[in-house]
Amino acid sequence: MWIRSLMAYRVSFVMTALGNFAVTAFDFVAILLMFSQVDRLGGYSLAEIAFLYGTSGTAFGLSDLAMGSMDRLGKRVRDGTFDTLLVRPAPVIAQVAADRFGLHRIGRVLQGALILTYGLVVLDIGWTPLKVLMIPLMVLSGAAIFASVWVAGAAFQFVAQDAAEVQSAFTYGGSTLLQYPPTLFSKELVRGVTFVLPLAFVNWLPALYVLGRPYPLDLPQWVAFLPPLIAAGCLALAGLAWRAGLRSYRSTGS
Amino acid sequence: MLVRAGRFRLYAAVAKGGFRRYSTYRVATAAGVFTNTVFGVILAYTFIALWDERPGLGGYDQSQALTYVWLGQGLLTVMSLMGGGFEVELIERIRTGDIAVDLYRPVDLQTWWLSADIGRAGFQLLGRGVVPLVVGALLFDLTLPAEPLRWAAFLLAVLFGVVVSFAIRFLVALSAFWLMDGAGTSQLASLAGVFFSGMLLPLNVFPGALGEFARALPWSALLQVPADVFLGTQSGAGLARLYAFQLGWATVLLTAGRLLQNAATRRVVVQGG
Repeated sequence: MWIRSLMAYRVSFVMTALGNFAVTAFDFVAILLMFSQVDRLGGYSLAEIAFLYGTSGTAFGLSDLAMGSMDRLGKRVRDGTFDTLLVRPAPVIAQVAADRFGLHRIGRVLQGALILTYGLVVLDIGWTPLKVLMIPLMVLSGAAIFASVWVAGAAFQFVAQDAAEVQSAFTYGGSTLLQYPPTLFSKELVRGVTFVLPLAFVNWLPALYVLGRPYPLDLPQWVAFLPPLIAAGCLALAGLAWRAGLRSYRSTGS
Repeated sequence: MLVRAGRFRLYAAVAKGGFRRYSTYRVATAAGVFTNTVFGVILAYTFIALWDERPGLGGYDQSQALTYVWLGQGLLTVMSLMGGGFEVELIERIRTGDIAVDLYRPVDLQTWWLSADIGRAGFQLLGRGVVPLVVGALLFDLTLPAEPLRWAAFLLAVLFGVVVSFAIRFLVALSAFWLMDGAGTSQLASLAGVFFSGMLLPLNVFPGALGEFARALPWSALLQVPADVFLGTQSGAGLARLYAFQLGWATVLLTAGRLLQNAATRRVVVQGG
């Protein structure tokens, strides 16, 4: 339904999709501008950072496409329109995800994929079947990890209805963090996004395996293969949080 | 003279209303501060890496560069760099035709919205500007001005920046008279705002001609100029030049807004309201 409504104004759709493409592209332009002044950042070359940027951007873009509407939940709870979702014969979470489904967010996915392709072309990697397999694996698991952050954030909005921006810190903030190599950040921060909120499994750990770079925090080599498991665990936890949030929901009664 | 004093009181009340209106969203403000702080931390580490590699880049030492990061996070909503100020409401009023009612009122449209936006910016400066700067100063080694006069000079640059920001967004909003929908222009404006204000990277780090071009555009009045005043890279005549740059753009853009407003008003009359 939302796709059809978007397509009713084709010019507007193309404009917003391009806009999404451009908004995210500016992040990479900033990186290019940095590399107009230096050859390396945190010991990483532009091609390596493009690879990190591309994997983070594509994974996040896919999750944004599927779950990016989750931040509208607080507004629906506030104005009372959330109730209409409860009486419809479809899973509530699917309805929230599909609420104003924005196909124009495809621009973000395309932008990430483009930079990823650039990185893969320019990089000199000794490819093995395992490394090749790692690319789609990390993008899909990464998208699932980000999706669970969206769902957990939505569950949080049942409690704090005005706090949609906190979610942005973890979603948009997380994807920005992962665009840069872990060598830039403090040990505590890297520890936090490895063991507490496992964003490091979106791309850092699998990508460093592909690049043949040392892992942060002296982690063993096999952790690079954990993303699918971590993703499944995150989705399960987010699902529990969502159910707890839904159960705690009291209508505004208006 | 009496009339003029009444006018001033009216617009002061509008500004106060703008301030109070935003101050009611306490949770949203706290959430915004949290997000600004997270982004500030991420950005600060990338700047540390950049200035480790190239000390003194763009004329800043590392501490000044880090201060720039936190000023950017603090001023992001004050300057509405990504949109989301009064223009959202004004565009909606133009789209629905409610604007016809506004034009009948015995107040000036542009001054009315400017007052409301200054009130909004004032709240954002206190609500969303101070905390990120304090957190940044606790986590990183920042260069904060020691003399009160510099703080005052900075606040003046912020005020002029808000006026330039308003003038740009007023033009964006009025485009809805012709396009019937402000989504496209708003998005373009926020893209330009983020890029050319120096939000991503200080404009003096931009290479060569691109840097000079970006510094000449009005958006540099929103972040780069207040940051330079804060960091004390200019004083005396240099400081006066920075203010003149801001006021010059404010005059040009406000005048353009005034002309466009008159043209738009005629259009509404032609359409019959």
